[in-house]
Amino acid sequence: MLAVLTVISVVAGSLLAYVNASTEDTIKAIEQKNLEDGLKVVLLDESATVQKENIDTIYFKGKEPKEGEKPKDDAIQFIVYHTSAGLAVSTKENGFGGLLTVLVGFDDNGSIKGYKVLKHTETPGLGAKAGDWFQKDSKGNIIGKNPGNCNFTVSKDGGEIDAITASTITSRAFLLAIQNAYDKFFAAQDADTGATKQVEPEND
Amino acid sequence: MNNMKVLLNGIIKENPTFVLLLGMCPTLGTTSSAINGMSMGLATMAVLIVSNLIISLIKNFVPDMVRIPSYIVVIASLVTVLQMLIKAYAPDVDKSLGLFIPLIVVNCIILGRAEAFAAKNNPIASIFDGIGIGLGFTIALTCLGAARELLGTGAIFGQTLWGESYGMLMFVLAPGAFLALGYLIVVFNKIFKKA
Repeated sequence: MLAVLTVISVVAGSLLAYVNASTEDTIKAIEQKNLEDGLKVVLLDESATVQKENIDTIYFKGKEPKEGEKPKDDAIQFIVYHTSAGLAVSTKENGFGGLLTVLVGFDDNGSIKGYKVLKHTETPGLGAKAGDWFQKDSKGNIIGKNPGNCNFTVSKDGGEIDAITASTITSRAFLLAIQNAYDKFFAAQDADTGATKQVEPEND
Repeated sequence: MNNMKVLLNGIIKENPTFVLLLGMCPTLGTTSSAINGMSMGLATMAVLIVSNLIISLIKNFVPDMVRIPSYIVVIASLVTVLQMLIKAYAPDVDKSLGLFIPLIVVNCIILGRAEAFAAKNNPIASIFDGIGIGLGFTIALTCLGAARELLGTGAIFGQTLWGESYGMLMFVLAPGAFLALGYLIVVFNKIFKKA
């Protein structure tokens, strides 16, 4: 009995290790290509190439990692791509079904040039529509809007963006992700303090 | 039982969704549109065929006491392998299907067929059972998805028929899933179950 279980586990384990090893590079290459294509889309520039890439993190109060500790998962992480065509930020926010990763391109004033949902686990047919819903000429158009000078929340919360029908939570997360990215990289310049705006923890 | 009979058995007489009422969680959760339902059905079928085959092959070596854990390890490994292969070699499929694949591990149809069929029959018949049950599941999910999409958004397979504004949004949401499934079960049994 023990022998059978051991054999099955070992065989299953080695199979997984083998498949993982042989597909890892291909998967990484695809993700890299998705990102490069995404940058071209959100910056409206076919020739956009990454010049500098850095990772920036906002920690919620009380969640700063101690020295030598890894940051907790729920810290907001930004990956900033300085490209030949402008600034693009990739950031994550908790959606309805898990983390929602959004890549958003800004012009010099912080107006949104374009966005792309890189990764999500939202409900198909509902929250999963975020990839199209907020595009230009769609109902929830955010292209050209500037999170700094308009009420960048869903209309249910008094804002001026139409939420995805029946997917308010996804819409809120999506807008919050972009707002956070904006606050991090543009609001600080306006305030002229040089300090980054403190992000309050979500209580719900 | 010949193989053709096994195949039809899975589609009609023991249809996993409409007759056995197995795998309700993915059935209700993933059928918000016809294409989603069909994708989930096809992905499940792929795993079901291979898991039925493997379990039928190893059934004589696995002691009764540990057969459930063994089967679960086999099924979970298969699903993970499938997920990695799809990610690497069919990224487009991954985009539309990716979310459903890990769900297959906990689909009780797969374990149910392993127990009820593959563990008692030869590998060839088990493959046919996998195809039959898989097709039955796919058809059921496609019908349910189509019904919900049509009633909820006025479209079918993404093709708009009469516009979203006339749709009853409830059918895309959870309560509509239960309602639509209930009525489809009634219709299915009315047609195929001669009292």
